[in-house]
Amino acid sequence: MIEIGLGHYLSLGAIIFFLGVIGIFLNRKNIIVILMSIELILLAVNINLISFSIFSGDILGQIFTMLILTVAAAEAAIGLAIIVIYYRNKGSIRVEDIHGMKG
Amino acid sequence: MLAHSIFFYFFSIIAIFSSLMVITSRNTVNSVFFLILDFISVGCLFIMVGAEFLGMIILIVYVGAVAVLFLFVVMMLNVAEQKQSWFIGKKSTHIPIGLIVSVLILLELLVVVGGWKYKDDLMSSSTLNLSNISNTHQIGLVMYTDYILFFQLAGIILLLSMIGAILLTFRQRKGVKKQSYLKQISRDPSTSIELINVENNKGVKIDD
Repeated sequence: MIEIGLGHYLSLGAIIFFLGVIGIFLNRKNIIVILMSIELILLAVNINLISFSIFSGDILGQIFTMLILTVAAAEAAIGLAIIVIYYRNKGSIRVEDIHGMKG
Repeated sequence: MLAHSIFFYFFSIIAIFSSLMVITSRNTVNSVFFLILDFISVGCLFIMVGAEFLGMIILIVYVGAVAVLFLFVVMMLNVAEQKQSWFIGKKSTHIPIGLIVSVLILLELLVVVGGWKYKDDLMSSSTLNLSNISNTHQIGLVMYTDYILFFQLAGIILLLSMIGAILLTFRQRKGVKKQSYLKQISRDPSTSIELINVENNKGVKIDD
């Protein structure tokens, strides 16, 4: 309990991943919160990669963390641009109002 | 070691609480603020565990760019007043299924973490294991030599996302007069000047 090992960091990553997934499912407000949940999931993946990298003494995990960071930033920019033009066209980004594909 | 565990529990409790508040907060602006708090506490965890460079990058990229971008879009779209309504209002059918799937994912991850055993020769299979140089130095030694292709691909991904975001949000407004350099340069006197003999008491009718 006092000794902080790899398991503690992996548990933290698992809990944040779980909260991100549950945020995607439970959300009925607007799509921006879903994008934030995706950011939480990517953050949990980063926690796992960095803790494995540190505790196994291999720097490679941190390289991949930087690549995931790049992809997360690109995804946030594109997603927010799509949300902006959707709001400009339809006037609403509530999740229940987006049913153009009858899903 | 005691200080290490105290700081670990402090930052991880803040991280879990703030990610819980991100998904349950009634106001979207509050969600973005809790997202920033989450990124900061996880960045502090990274710095604490020994990955200083990634911790600082988390602070710069996530808090400085991504979260501020979220905040900017939330404030620009004026959706902060839409109240969270998943626990009131009409029931959605996919909430129970989503809860089941999420809890199953958590249980599976915890089972995997709980049954974790180190492989015996884990430490000897590392790419680079130099403990006398700093974390940033280690990343630089590997990233610009062995993984230069991935580094450049990351740059291309950023360029593509920038082009995509600009193209998506660009719109041509009607009624805005713009300067056209090509038209200005390609004019010559024969097409742009007309000499007219003005008759007395008639004036000139200009048509264009």
